[in-house]
Amino acid sequence: MVKRKNEIFMSHKVKVIVLRTAGTNCDQEVVFGFKNLGAEVDLLHINKFFKGEARLNDYHILVIPGGFTYGDDVASGKILANELRLRLGNDLEQFIADGKLIIGICNGFQVLVKAGILPGSLEDSEKVQEFVPTTTLTFNDSGKFEDRWIYLRVEGRSVWTEGLEKIIYIPVAHGEGKFVPANDEVLKRLNENHQIIFRYCDPKGGRPQYPFNPNGSTDDIAGITDRTGRILGLMPHPERHFLFTQHPFWTRLEKKGKYGQGAKIFENGVRYVKEKLLKDSSLAAR
Amino acid sequence: MIWRVEIKEKEDVVDTLGEGVQKDIIDLGIKSVTNVRAIYVYIIDGEITEKQIRIVCEELLTDKITQFYQYTTLTTISSQSSNGDYKSIEIAYNPGVMDPVEESTRKGIKDLGIKSMRSVRTAKKYLLYGRLSNKESDTIVDKVLANKLIQHVVKDLSKEYRTVGAQQQETKFDVITIDFLKANDRQLLKLSQKGQLFLNLNEMKAIQKYFKRIGRNPTDCELETTAQTWSEHCYHKTFRGDIRYQYVENGRKKTKTIRNLLKSTIIKTTKQLNKSWCISVFHDNAGVIEFDEDSNVCFKVETHNHPSALEPFGGANTGVGGVIRDILGTGLGAKPICSTDVFCFAPPDFPTERLPQGTLHPKRILKGVVSGVRDYGNKMGIPTVNGAILFDERFVGNPLVYCGNVGLIPKGKEKKSAHRGDLIVVIGGRTGRDGIHGATFSSGELTHESEVVSSGAVQIGHPIQEKKVLDALLRARDQNLYTAITDCGAGGLSSAVGEMGKELGARVDLEKVPLKYFGLTYTEIWISESQERMVLAVQKDKIEQLLKICADENVEATVIGEFTGNKRLELFYNSCQVCDLDMEFLHGGLPKITKQACWSPPKLKNPRFPCPQDLTESLMDVLSHYNVCSKEWVIRQYDHEVQGGSVLKPLVGVHCDGPSDASVVIPKLDSSKGFAIANGINVRYGMVDPFWMAASCIDEAIRQIIAVGGDLERIAILDNFCWGNPDKPDRLGSLVRAALGCYKIAVGYGVPFISGKDSLNNEYTENGKSLAIPGTLLISAIGIIDDIHKTVSMDFKKAGNLIYVVGLTQDELGGGIYFDTYNTLGATVPKVNIKLGTKIFKIISKAVQKGLIQSMHDCSEGGLAVALAEMAFSGGWGITAQLDKVPFRPLASTVSRYRGKEKRNDTVLFAESNSRFVVEVTPKNQKEFESMLRGIPFGLIGQVEDSPEFIIYGLNQKTCVNTYLDDLKEAWQKPLRW
Repeated sequence: MVKRKNEIFMSHKVKVIVLRTAGTNCDQEVVFGFKNLGAEVDLLHINKFFKGEARLNDYHILVIPGGFTYGDDVASGKILANELRLRLGNDLEQFIADGKLIIGICNGFQVLVKAGILPGSLEDSEKVQEFVPTTTLTFNDSGKFEDRWIYLRVEGRSVWTEGLEKIIYIPVAHGEGKFVPANDEVLKRLNENHQIIFRYCDPKGGRPQYPFNPNGSTDDIAGITDRTGRILGLMPHPERHFLFTQHPFWTRLEKKGKYGQGAKIFENGVRYVKEKLLKDSSLAAR
Repeated sequence: MIWRVEIKEKEDVVDTLGEGVQKDIIDLGIKSVTNVRAIYVYIIDGEITEKQIRIVCEELLTDKITQFYQYTTLTTISSQSSNGDYKSIEIAYNPGVMDPVEESTRKGIKDLGIKSMRSVRTAKKYLLYGRLSNKESDTIVDKVLANKLIQHVVKDLSKEYRTVGAQQQETKFDVITIDFLKANDRQLLKLSQKGQLFLNLNEMKAIQKYFKRIGRNPTDCELETTAQTWSEHCYHKTFRGDIRYQYVENGRKKTKTIRNLLKSTIIKTTKQLNKSWCISVFHDNAGVIEFDEDSNVCFKVETHNHPSALEPFGGANTGVGGVIRDILGTGLGAKPICSTDVFCFAPPDFPTERLPQGTLHPKRILKGVVSGVRDYGNKMGIPTVNGAILFDERFVGNPLVYCGNVGLIPKGKEKKSAHRGDLIVVIGGRTGRDGIHGATFSSGELTHESEVVSSGAVQIGHPIQEKKVLDALLRARDQNLYTAITDCGAGGLSSAVGEMGKELGARVDLEKVPLKYFGLTYTEIWISESQERMVLAVQKDKIEQLLKICADENVEATVIGEFTGNKRLELFYNSCQVCDLDMEFLHGGLPKITKQACWSPPKLKNPRFPCPQDLTESLMDVLSHYNVCSKEWVIRQYDHEVQGGSVLKPLVGVHCDGPSDASVVIPKLDSSKGFAIANGINVRYGMVDPFWMAASCIDEAIRQIIAVGGDLERIAILDNFCWGNPDKPDRLGSLVRAALGCYKIAVGYGVPFISGKDSLNNEYTENGKSLAIPGTLLISAIGIIDDIHKTVSMDFKKAGNLIYVVGLTQDELGGGIYFDTYNTLGATVPKVNIKLGTKIFKIISKAVQKGLIQSMHDCSEGGLAVALAEMAFSGGWGITAQLDKVPFRPLASTVSRYRGKEKRNDTVLFAESNSRFVVEVTPKNQKEFESMLRGIPFGLIGQVEDSPEFIIYGLNQKTCVNTYLDDLKEAWQKPLRW
């Protein structure tokens, strides 16, 4: 890492890249969230990276936001997943190896899973990424796109979820969010490795039925990380519960500050970069 | 080499597409199909090796965890495989129909490093298991699997896909001129009919006169351009022409001439009110009003009725796409913030045997329309935050699809004007044969032959293409790279360039327009309504920068001509002139017409029946009425939260399933300034009296905004008239009466119109008999909200709180839901008392600002009873209420005539009188709230209870409604829970 030292480690600013392409559409709200928490955010088209006009290496956090990239034609997230894997694979490998953070929300989660970036190696966290998909996200059992608020039980270990309440309330909005592992072995490993971070649950935290599990996901899985906990993917939209007034019945609630329950996730990302990446590297730079 | 790839879900994976099809087949009443499997088919043509096709299958087309693939070369398969267990049916798009999946797949294959691919086509194959007859399978194809306007059954695989990669043909062409100068009246009319010009004799004669003057015959292109510019759809002849209006008032016949209905009603309102915050009204794509220090908001609602009748998915899809382009083309371009969509259909349980020939079943139309809106809105990332669905049998031949969009535009960007010498640039989608004659087609009536004759008018949208255009345009706008912009809508380039170059003149080289495929004639290029295109006027020194931005976003942009300054429309194709028209003739040569209109009140009576002792069942019936019941099945399929700005969502309450009055949105996440969006629509009132329908629609739209915390001083409205054939005096008469109602009430409330639209000729002709829709007015309202933290939702908040009714209930059940459950219309339609309404709206707004109101709901369809029930089950609290506390005054006209002097429980519960609210207030605030209400009718009618019971005591103090919240909610949710 010392060798790859560059200006971003010197700037003491948390730098976030929100990647967009044709059909990305939840970008503005993620940009708002990270900016609101003091990060420096660039919203850039993937073409910039292909042309060498931007470099992943200049950032600490990579966000792949929600949307319908390339119309979700063929399969949701698939075409962007291939672009990342085939055209930015080396840069991504380095980005991950540098201990930086990635978050993929909704379509971004679909992209990470279909590129095989999540769940990543199930054996050894130090192993170089191979980008082979071992899980997928497919059509909701209901057969339709649905926008609804759901309860998530927070589990596992991830830098993204520290200090989160045990159950959080945020919305899903997707037609292809049913999480399916390739086989039982994969599921077992995900559990053992504490890579399952969010599960759908009923309002009290118990096993959910539809619509509390909105898509029929295996074992109610809503979000997973890689083995390090630094790469997070989830179908629900924490950026849509960033503000208190985004809550669907905030008019019934006592206001406790400006933020909603999803904000903490972004705050964790920013804090982690400040504490680990900026501090460590500034030490290293000396 | 042509490869055929089939992708299928693995056995243990839910085949959701197949299941959905099976459900629709069961809906048809066909029981022989036991299971349906869906297979995705890709036909890939090119010099591609087997190794490469395997990579394409493994790395792109197949999700190996849930699917498996099969590939063959096309030569190795002969015909459709069907066996005794199942029937195999393959559905492909018709040639020329846009299929977005093809484009993405081509890109995906290129990304894999395979460059030698020529073309991709897609199809879907369905395996229908079970012993079904040929007739049944034909029905399934016709009703579920394919719409023959855009799709067909693949009969012979090798023949079908041979055409892949069809050869590019050099099209030889001749300039076609029409023998026009010597044509007599009969021949002129025939030309209009044959060419689908939908012009009348007078108009044809005006064209003839022009060409006689310049001494030559017109080209086909000139004729088409004129017909399109003069179409009802583009020119709004009815609203702008003269009308001789005969009507009956107080029993006496009267006649007056109205010159320009639009200017003398709708626009007059706005002029008269002269609000300083109205920034740009009536002359642009959308109305623009002030929002905050830096920005304005604009609002537009469009209709897309005819296309949706024939191809519901495509029609609604392109309807949404079209109105979003309207917003993109407002001023120098606004950013779309949210959508509102309103539909009118025949009831979903309409008997199939009564369907007019050539129409689709309303349930299929509904499902298709909802899917079309979902697809476009969700994929573009524009939340659909609000809407309404109305059912009436008379929409069976002509469903209505209203698509609305609100945009945000920086101050200073609301004006545009092309300059002499600016380049004409078309950006976005390519031009194909889609939507030829859309503008003229929507200006005529539908018949059962429409689907054959006008199939070109039907299109499918490509939302991702439009999203790319949006991304590129907003960047170009912020760098001031163009001087004017217009969307390509009805009439295509003809309309867009014609409109922009009206004052200047324009020259276009049609061969420069990028095409989807070869073979279009110059006229087709010019009038095609291919979607996702915008036209810009670009200064020559800015063109490089503009093209660069478009390239960065993978958006095609092409210079096709120039604004000349000679006030002529000159079109060339391969350097050969195909059109040379005077702009003045084109835009000013339409002969003025005088249409006849008449209106007299229909002879209607209120029904006579005794008031039921127990009204619980009546309430259940009213809640289950299609026009009242929950639309959650629809709302959930729309992403109503993308962009993060929805503050009051369409579904509210403790279980997120209560019906919000208006939706509130913040366009800037770091500000608490927002706006509310609402709609008012009620066709049944119009069957009694269109004037009072207009009044009620305006009142409803306004009071929904007031109900969430809006301010009467900052509300603007839009009109949208969907009517029958305006050449029939009775249709036009009711339209005139509605427009007069609009003027009276809007001026009275001080609420300006800022934009509007009309869609006429909504009639369906079968065997010479014409079925018109009921005259339908949609009023859409937007209200600026200064602090969204003060907004109020409609769900009861807490047991022990007090329930008030504010406003006056009158004996106004006519045209209402309660009478409809008795299959009658009635006569006493709700009216509007402007003086009282204004007072109520203002006081309620003040009470909201003071924080005195816990929850609030307006009384609309189904009256007080429905409002109370919805507030109760949305909040999860029971109530007790007393009807004798509801302020009520019998109508002078009805007291003696038919009901006696006695108030009736059902009247108080279900009357749909305007300007009323149910309000929840804490006991602590009782005094302050009541003192504010001094001078207006209100009643403290009951309280919120910590109980699941919903109890209402009648005028005689005896229980008249006694039930549980769950039962009320079930009655309300059940009808459209599909």
